[in-house]
Amino acid sequence: MIEFNFAVVLAQWPMLMRGLGLTMVLTAASAVLGAMLGTACAWARLHGGMVLKRVVGLYVELVRNTPFIIQLFFIFFGLPSIGVRLSVELACVLAMVLNLGAYACEIVRAGLQATPRGQLEAAMSLALTPWQIFSRVVLPPALARIWPALVSQIIIVMLGSAVCGQISAEELSQAANLISSRTFRSFESYIVVTLAYLVLAVALRQLLNWFGPRFIFVSR
Amino acid sequence: MVQFSLWDIFSFLLGAMRWTVLLSLIAFVGGGLVGLGLLLLRFSQARGVGLAVSWYVQIFQGTPLLMQLFLVYFGLALLGMDTSPMVSAAICLTLYASAYLTEIWRGCVNAVPRGQWEASASLALDYQQQMRHVILPQAMRVAIAPTVGFMVQIVKGTALASVIGFVELTKAGQMISNATYQPFLAYTFVGLLYFALCYPLSWWSQRLENRRLA
Repeated sequence: MIEFNFAVVLAQWPMLMRGLGLTMVLTAASAVLGAMLGTACAWARLHGGMVLKRVVGLYVELVRNTPFIIQLFFIFFGLPSIGVRLSVELACVLAMVLNLGAYACEIVRAGLQATPRGQLEAAMSLALTPWQIFSRVVLPPALARIWPALVSQIIIVMLGSAVCGQISAEELSQAANLISSRTFRSFESYIVVTLAYLVLAVALRQLLNWFGPRFIFVSR
Repeated sequence: MVQFSLWDIFSFLLGAMRWTVLLSLIAFVGGGLVGLGLLLLRFSQARGVGLAVSWYVQIFQGTPLLMQLFLVYFGLALLGMDTSPMVSAAICLTLYASAYLTEIWRGCVNAVPRGQWEASASLALDYQQQMRHVILPQAMRVAIAPTVGFMVQIVKGTALASVIGFVELTKAGQMISNATYQPFLAYTFVGLLYFALCYPLSWWSQRLENRRLA
């Protein structure tokens, strides 16, 4: 007969809370920076010079066709040998930002490309500068169009951050690893933490769906 | 101290890559079969069944693959099964792939016009016949590109099997890194090998999608 003991796992709640906190901080930082990087890359892929387009294209394909764990290991273990030494948390954020940036680039680009031609012509006829056209006319409705896809991608990156425990960042999944080795209750530890991720994913989607229309692409 | 030549490192990684490919194939084929079964359940009229499938999908899409791997690994052991990392990873990735593929294919079935369901129902086809002869053949044309695209996800997902101790490409990269003290070299090689596996699939998926839309 299998017996479960969740009490000993939940007794370690301070550790779970700290892990939850770090996961949320990592996700918040990488969502903001990653979305900005993605938007910049999308702009570069559409309006940049030939070289810039190629470089961004290569970056996007390299990130999208390699596993996140390898990107993380490369940044944390690989880069120090060429003199770039990052703290654990910084390495996690950098890996997550680069990862989200590549996916967000393609998502935002699709939104930008769907801009009706007439909108551009109307904006140009009002003598707006190219930057004004991009930031005021093209970008807000583009973000509104692709917001659901971007939210999904941010959640995927949040879930992917579980891998950061492998370079001993003390985020949520690492809390499960530590609690499991302290209490010998592996299955229960991982169940508790997995449920926490599920709740976090649902809550994050709700939050971003609420946040986007109010603050990112305000409809006036 | 033992010296490793570049060729030693590369051939070791290539050998380990076979396991990445094998695990990916198992997960894709297994996930495809389970996913197809779930798809049929998803659209059946039986009460609650469709809802249960959508919960299954929600759970797999709302939790980290790494946690799923740990749960399957320790869960099977708890049930008294003598599990190897390979078997656990294969089972977990199959379930993971089935959830995603069901969801992808659901969208493709929904893309088949409603009239096709009504027309086939008016010909007195039952649910199985409708699916087999009318709906799935049309949904399949839409489904090929995203399905190929999802294979990239699976290949990348197998990298996490290294964490529960299965020696595939990522684990081999860690071993090389530890043995040679050259993490930069090791992870560059590993990254390029993953790229060599995934990029053709991405490219193919994109091409199928463009051709369908053209």
